[in-house]
Amino acid sequence: MDGVRFVAARPAEAHDLVSLGFAMKLRTVVIPALVVAAVFAAVVGAARSTVRTHRNAPAVDASDSIRTAAGQIDDWFATRWRREGIEPAAPADELQVLRRLSLSLHGTVPSLEEIRQFEADTGPDRLMRWTQRMLLDTRFADYFSERLARGFVGVDTAPFLVFRRDRFKDWLAGRLRENAPYDQIVREIISTQGLWTGTPASNFVTSAVVENDVDENKLAGRSVRIFLGQRIDCAQCHNHPFSHWKQLQFEGLASFYGQTQVSLAGVEDKSSDKGEPIEYAVEDRMTLQPRTIEPAVPFHPEWLPAEGSRRERLAGWIVHPDNRRFERAIVNRMWAYLFGRPWHDPVDDIPDPTLDDDLLDIAGRDFRAHGCDLRRLILVLTSTRPFRMASVHPAGDADRFDQARREWAVFPMTRLRPEQVIGGMLQAASVQTINQQTHLLFRMIRFFREKNFVDEYGDLGVDELAEQTATITQALQRMNSQLSREIVQANPLNATGRIAAMAGSDDKCLEVCFLVALTRRPTDDEKEALLPQLAGKTKDERTNAVEDILWALFNTEEFSWQH
Amino acid sequence: MNAIERRSFLQALAGLGLSFAMPALEPRAAERRGRARQKSLITLWMSGGPSQLETWDPHPGTEIGGPTKAIKTRTRGLEIAEHFPRVAEQIDALSVVRSLVSKEGDHERGTYMMKTGFRPETTLVHPSLGSILVHEAPNPQLEIPQHVSLGESQWPSRGGYFGAQYDAFKVFDPGRGLHNMQAPVESDRQATRLKNLDVVSKAFQQGRRLQSERTLHQHTLEAALKMMRSDQLVAFDLKDEAKATLAAYGDTNFGRGCLVARRLIEKGVRAVEVTLNGFDTHGNNFEGHKTQAAILDPAFSALLIDLKERQLLDSTVVLCVGEFGRTPKINPLDGRDHWPTGFSCVIGGGGLRGGLVLGETDPTGQKAEPSQPIPVQNLFATVLKTLGVDFTKELITPIGRPMIFSQGQPIAELLTM
Repeated sequence: MDGVRFVAARPAEAHDLVSLGFAMKLRTVVIPALVVAAVFAAVVGAARSTVRTHRNAPAVDASDSIRTAAGQIDDWFATRWRREGIEPAAPADELQVLRRLSLSLHGTVPSLEEIRQFEADTGPDRLMRWTQRMLLDTRFADYFSERLARGFVGVDTAPFLVFRRDRFKDWLAGRLRENAPYDQIVREIISTQGLWTGTPASNFVTSAVVENDVDENKLAGRSVRIFLGQRIDCAQCHNHPFSHWKQLQFEGLASFYGQTQVSLAGVEDKSSDKGEPIEYAVEDRMTLQPRTIEPAVPFHPEWLPAEGSRRERLAGWIVHPDNRRFERAIVNRMWAYLFGRPWHDPVDDIPDPTLDDDLLDIAGRDFRAHGCDLRRLILVLTSTRPFRMASVHPAGDADRFDQARREWAVFPMTRLRPEQVIGGMLQAASVQTINQQTHLLFRMIRFFREKNFVDEYGDLGVDELAEQTATITQALQRMNSQLSREIVQANPLNATGRIAAMAGSDDKCLEVCFLVALTRRPTDDEKEALLPQLAGKTKDERTNAVEDILWALFNTEEFSWQH
Repeated sequence: MNAIERRSFLQALAGLGLSFAMPALEPRAAERRGRARQKSLITLWMSGGPSQLETWDPHPGTEIGGPTKAIKTRTRGLEIAEHFPRVAEQIDALSVVRSLVSKEGDHERGTYMMKTGFRPETTLVHPSLGSILVHEAPNPQLEIPQHVSLGESQWPSRGGYFGAQYDAFKVFDPGRGLHNMQAPVESDRQATRLKNLDVVSKAFQQGRRLQSERTLHQHTLEAALKMMRSDQLVAFDLKDEAKATLAAYGDTNFGRGCLVARRLIEKGVRAVEVTLNGFDTHGNNFEGHKTQAAILDPAFSALLIDLKERQLLDSTVVLCVGEFGRTPKINPLDGRDHWPTGFSCVIGGGGLRGGLVLGETDPTGQKAEPSQPIPVQNLFATVLKTLGVDFTKELITPIGRPMIFSQGQPIAELLTM
């Protein structure tokens, strides 16, 4: 070929060809390789354990005080039930409560290993100590930071470049591991200055960047919705239809973000630019002229600190010890994460506090009195009677049942989030606990499998706390998807294979199937129906029988619903 | 049992005088044709916001028109962008609205507006057009989903306050059948598995009957199993389609989507949306729209020909629209930006009047408001009325607020009734 001559005669173009070749190689080889490397690095990073796992459930130092706080909540509910003539459901089985805790706090079912340890623990306050242990486990910070991040910054990863949701979530996980006080976390989220990579709390601001500008309205609306549990967004255009929020009040709040700028230097607050003061102005709807809006809060201006940047002052006002909306909002949100349904629905539009204490005030006061300690709040809420109650209720007719459900006299059934379903299936298939100490490869497989499954199962994004029903797509996915096949199909490493090979008697074998999938033992009826399938079966036939039982368990309502 | 087997089975029953054992004798709804057929809806969703100037409302030779030329169509007086020669031959069956106005210029909000007919609210999710149709007029003979979204869609149609069971069933890569339809094991083991499932479900439902009724778990499981066994599933798979048909629609995700849409409608599916992405041309608008037209022109025209030939167009409303239009002003990147005032859609079929052109936009681009402006809400009232749905009906939503299906008034010119 005349390629050589071509090169000699036209060096410039040859150079182009070389670079084109390199560019193509870049696209087909180098970039994918880099992506794989980056993902690997990310997984390694995620897998590196920074926290010691507590193998044995520690004694809870404050157990008396927690019991007292939970007791106050129980008394409040008991009074209501008596007044309304509602019969509360019986207490749930403790293993059942353990499953609830594990799904809400870790996003997965308890492993067989954990179930055995829990059952071997005969000390007092077993459930409370195990809740404590789960809160100290790094899986709690990992999982809860994702749930909270949904509220704080949504699920979108846009705006690209200036918003790093992953950094924000990791930062939040770190703060949860340190058990940072919630008011401190909120202050940092609202008022941090700096770069979205280096000071990740600033991503709260950059998540609301639209075409290089901070959207003050979005931030004002979100701040009040998430941190104070009230929706004032509609006051952006008109007065709230059935509440007291006025458009002027909304504009006053937006003005707190009016001096916040995003540049290559990060998020910063500037009160002036080249000697000119920076003001927040909106276009007046009547005159179409810009109208300067001074920062102003809609109530209790005396809570507003005199010093600091506009955002620092807003944060100070939001978390002010007398601002009851602040603790009411986080209690309602935590209740929703634990029960699958907020105490007041929707989670972020709570009625104004009144002179009468309700659940949010009782739990909120304890939360404030103990330094806005999120772990304590969870310990208190999960020690209450409503949390430890069965999801079975004696009411026969729909009206009585609905009443019981409304009044939390029965544990509500709610659809598990997709990663809880998948986390549950993967955990059930592994026998051992999948956590930070688990082999890296295993976690990497889990990372990829979860992502695909979650995408197809359907992520509800920020609407995750609205009541949801099952869908056909999900039923098909649980029954027939590649992932469900892999999990159910026996191999020497997964639960199916090990149960079939090593569980021992038919009785034990069936029991282990039920424990790994449903965290309970089979009933007599179930034994009667299922044990004959194992009787006399060995080798492949036995494996098949175990597969057929586990498949059925994974497809029950009991498996994919919180109850 | 496939359709033919079923028919001969029914004939055999009739021959034996066992008519009591037969379902109602009227012909199967899916086999009816023409106006007697139950109404359906196909939405061709132009995701990103198509430029009215490069599609159904060109202004060649003006400052705002850019390089796009216009061609004549079978509709008297209607000229459309030159990139749609095939649609130009078919468009007289439908009408063009050139003066849609909305207040939503953001992709997500605009999509919400153009899929539900309502502006987004924080406290309530409205149902999409397709889910209203399914809610009000379901097809009881259907074993596959009544409401389907074909192609990659960022915001597929939702059931809103009707609940997730009314969400569109999503198929990202249409024409290749559905995945997760095969049971993982042979039929005898599958039977054992289902029996086991039944046993364990019963134990759980004891004392939880009322809880369980709310979850729809059992209901969706049965629907999924019915779907796995259904011979209607073939509608999702194009492997037996003639090469010429496939070629006519175009070998693209969207082209296959339009063909699958026709097959689904034929089976009796109520509402199908097919998404074509790529209209958000803030830069390089003219090349971008040429690329889009090369996909849309064959698919849209083939769909119309096919529906006509199969006598399905009189019972199928076809709506081609996106979340908004694009600015008359051409920006420095040779692009056009978002424009929710005075944008176009193509609408017709299902008994709507064809061959009309409604509204006019300013050829100088100075006036934002078009002549004869048509609020988006009116388009929804028109479609619902044509589909036989009482659009003034109010339902009490889960938050206790009464909500009307559409706040608009039907566009009188488009109605034949």
